[in-house]
Amino acid sequence: MASFLRKRIISSAIPLVFVVLGVFCLARLTGNPVDLYLPLSATPEQRAEFSAAHGFDDSVPVQLWDYLGNAARLDFGVSLRTGEPADAMVLEAFPVTLQLAGMTMLLAVLGALLVGSLAAYRPQSAVDRLAGLLSMTAASIPDFWFAIMGVLVFGVALDWLPTSGTLGGPEVWVLPLATLLIRPFGVLVQVVRGSMVGALSAPYVKVARSKGADATRVVFGHALRNAITPVLTVAGDLAVGLVNGAVVVETVFGWPGIGKLMIDSILQRDFAVLQAAVLLTAVTIFALNILVDVCHALIDPRVRQAVPA
Amino acid sequence: MSAPDDRTSPAATSPRTRPPRWWRLLGRDRGAAAAAVVLALVFLVALFGRLFLGDRAVRQDLRASLRPPSLDHGFYGLLGTDVLGRSVLARLVDAAATTLSIAVPAVLCSLLIGSALGLWAGYHGGMRENVAMRVADVILSFPSLLIAVVVLYVFTPSAMNIVLILAVARIPVYLRTARAEAAELRSRLFVDAARTFGTPASAIIRRHLLPIALPTLLTVATLDFCFVMLTESSLSFLGIGIQPPEVSWGLMVAQGRQYLQTAWWIAVLPGLAIMLTTVSATVLAAWVRLATDPGQRWRLTLPRKRRGERAAVPPEMIA
Amino acid sequence: MKPSALPSPTATGRPALEVEGLRVDLHTPSGTVRAVDGVGFGVHKGRTLALLGESGCGKSMTALSIAGLLDPVAEVTGGSVRVSGTELVGLGRAERRKLAGPVLSIVFQDALAALNPVQPVGRQLAEPFRIHRGLSRRQAAEKAVELMTRVGIPEPRLRARSYPHQFSGGMRQRLLIAMAVALDPDVLIADEPTTALDVTVQAQIMRLLRDLQTERDMALVLITHDLAVVARHADDVVVMYAGNVVEAGPVREVFSRPRHPYTRALLDSVPEHAVRGRPLPAVPGSPPELSAVPSGCVFQARCPLADDRCARERPALEPVGASRSAACHFSEELDRG
Repeated sequence: MASFLRKRIISSAIPLVFVVLGVFCLARLTGNPVDLYLPLSATPEQRAEFSAAHGFDDSVPVQLWDYLGNAARLDFGVSLRTGEPADAMVLEAFPVTLQLAGMTMLLAVLGALLVGSLAAYRPQSAVDRLAGLLSMTAASIPDFWFAIMGVLVFGVALDWLPTSGTLGGPEVWVLPLATLLIRPFGVLVQVVRGSMVGALSAPYVKVARSKGADATRVVFGHALRNAITPVLTVAGDLAVGLVNGAVVVETVFGWPGIGKLMIDSILQRDFAVLQAAVLLTAVTIFALNILVDVCHALIDPRVRQAVPA
Repeated sequence: MSAPDDRTSPAATSPRTRPPRWWRLLGRDRGAAAAAVVLALVFLVALFGRLFLGDRAVRQDLRASLRPPSLDHGFYGLLGTDVLGRSVLARLVDAAATTLSIAVPAVLCSLLIGSALGLWAGYHGGMRENVAMRVADVILSFPSLLIAVVVLYVFTPSAMNIVLILAVARIPVYLRTARAEAAELRSRLFVDAARTFGTPASAIIRRHLLPIALPTLLTVATLDFCFVMLTESSLSFLGIGIQPPEVSWGLMVAQGRQYLQTAWWIAVLPGLAIMLTTVSATVLAAWVRLATDPGQRWRLTLPRKRRGERAAVPPEMIA
Repeated sequence: MKPSALPSPTATGRPALEVEGLRVDLHTPSGTVRAVDGVGFGVHKGRTLALLGESGCGKSMTALSIAGLLDPVAEVTGGSVRVSGTELVGLGRAERRKLAGPVLSIVFQDALAALNPVQPVGRQLAEPFRIHRGLSRRQAAEKAVELMTRVGIPEPRLRARSYPHQFSGGMRQRLLIAMAVALDPDVLIADEPTTALDVTVQAQIMRLLRDLQTERDMALVLITHDLAVVARHADDVVVMYAGNVVEAGPVREVFSRPRHPYTRALLDSVPEHAVRGRPLPAVPGSPPELSAVPSGCVFQARCPLADDRCARERPALEPVGASRSAACHFSEELDRG
């Protein structure tokens, strides 16, 4: 188990490094922030001073080296916009998104396991067809449009739910959560159904039935654990995609989360904040991938032995 | 065997005594048949719609501003007008062409490149496989919307750039699928046989691996078509995709958003158009997956209620 | 209803398993076909009956329909299956579950696929006790260890925590058998229990099955295509072809004097019977597609004796002799020739 973990950590860390490097370089390509932050009338001396203060006059490799060195000391620079330390801004925005995304994945996985299993137990039944149609629709709705429709119907027409902001009771969560939930849920229902149909037609399920196991025991005792592996993998990929959703949701509902922070930082060329935000996101995704791998190993004894490269 | 966007009408099936053709099977599944018809319509409108439009999509008429959908203002007034008095119907048709002119090339590019790389990596294995998979990991572990945002900010958000970004972002999906198929097939006997004859790797991949992997890859492509369309719409919605005066469905939603309370149709209708197209593609992809999987195919032929009724087709497969 | 293979004269009372006129339909893309057509037989406790036939002849389908484990494409459309006097055809799910294990049990062919890959084997072996006896986890685990000891798994207490992929093929088959006999069923169906194994292991597994059968007084239905297994281990044999029973009776009699051309052809194709220097005789042709089973005798296309009558009229399974039956218009001639 320990060597399995070590190998998985190393192979998952490679993308992490590339992501951080890639964002650094791409961010430098988005143009010199000097133009954005100093008035057009600024003298060349002022411009040079601003550049020097933020290290923009060095070559890109030197900037990268400085960045990595500072990052190692947990110094991520200050925001060009607000002057606050970048890590403070990011850490402030992070919990909002993490709560939203965590809640979303939890609900999506649990809901999909339930609905998908129900659908798979009798393929081609009415339940299966209904679940199929619903999940396909859910997976195909444009999230920004769904959000707007939610606002239109429940916020404006019915006036049941607030249309933006994070202040208030649980009701502020409903629309953002629903918007973010709908696609992962739809996709996962189909994955659960597919792998469950496969597991339920496996010989060991026949054996379980020949032992007199009832439907609950067959589905939850035998099939589910075998069926859950692909579900976990897809859930991991979907969790990465949740960042996409978070950008949209936080923009539409005006939530001060990390998605909105990243978009704003790009639009404002706020390099320090963007890099800190991306780094944190990448680390989270890295941790998530490890978590998924550990779950795989816990669920399937064969994974523990045969370690993939 | 079956192109996912084929537009043969399922009603045109003739009762010939042949093994069940894919379009016969399609005809039996009403949902999938409807999805195929919707997709065919969307493609037809996107291909030929502009020929009939003229300048309708851009012609402004401030006196006709924000007209609700009605039958009183001719064909182009059917779905109402936007704030500048432009026909929403005409703009929907125009946007269909833009949206598809991004989604289709992006899907084709990533399908071609991803499949080729994946089959190559999977067939050869070893180092080549490892590198390809790590590259796929890197691309996939980075939220695609964010790549797009960054890149589109560096370069101008032209249609060409959007296509490129979406293509690159989706290459890993095909790469992984094709690699998995090729890795499984490379140890099969017929591949070994071809190798002992001295068949070059490229020919083995083309003649032996590709035909088997193709149905799966096409299914993935159909599904991915949705994803690409949705991403393009999201980008346009966020203001970094298609730029005015061009118009795409996502952009229309964004433009209609501020008139949500006074003129719902501007934002609702393009969203519906996106949804109808993507849902159809998903339904059809699910059907193609079932129809091309010999182990699952029988499910399509089970009459839903009239179990046991003898089908009018001669034997093709015995379970 | 076609007559079932007659109960063995040595046994008395009702058979533990009685199958009569069993029909199973398969719903395929090209329509409905009959996979099992009027199969009948009976097995007494302590006796072994072999269902013999080529792959695709419907023998496994028969076993699965007795055990109530058919896939949704297949459907029992007629006949009767009684286990220890209880009619199984048309029985509710809950009722059937009560019988599955304590009364009727089945051993599958591919033990690696038949054991749940993500559960320790001890837990899988304990499951019958948990389901039917309501034992606690600990008690059931204890029972599982006893079972493993009985079927000859070394270090059972330690191995109970292992997973199926950590066992050899023979050991996995032993585990599967242990699971099937856990609750002393009246009837045990073994579906090709040794096909996937080495020859030496095959013999061990067959001996284990036989010992368990004697010890627990079970009726054993042995499904196989292996004539040697039938000859060595079965008391009675039912020969199936294209979903139909073509011949039935005590193994010794059937094998020494077959009354159906198919049985005879099968026996002739055994290498031990071949003459050195001559080609090994084989049954010419292949079984009919289930969708194209002829209206007359099912075996007519491959039968050396077939004539007009066989094309017109399907021979019924008629008694031939004291405890045997055969479905051939020429069974008398075969006996003389």
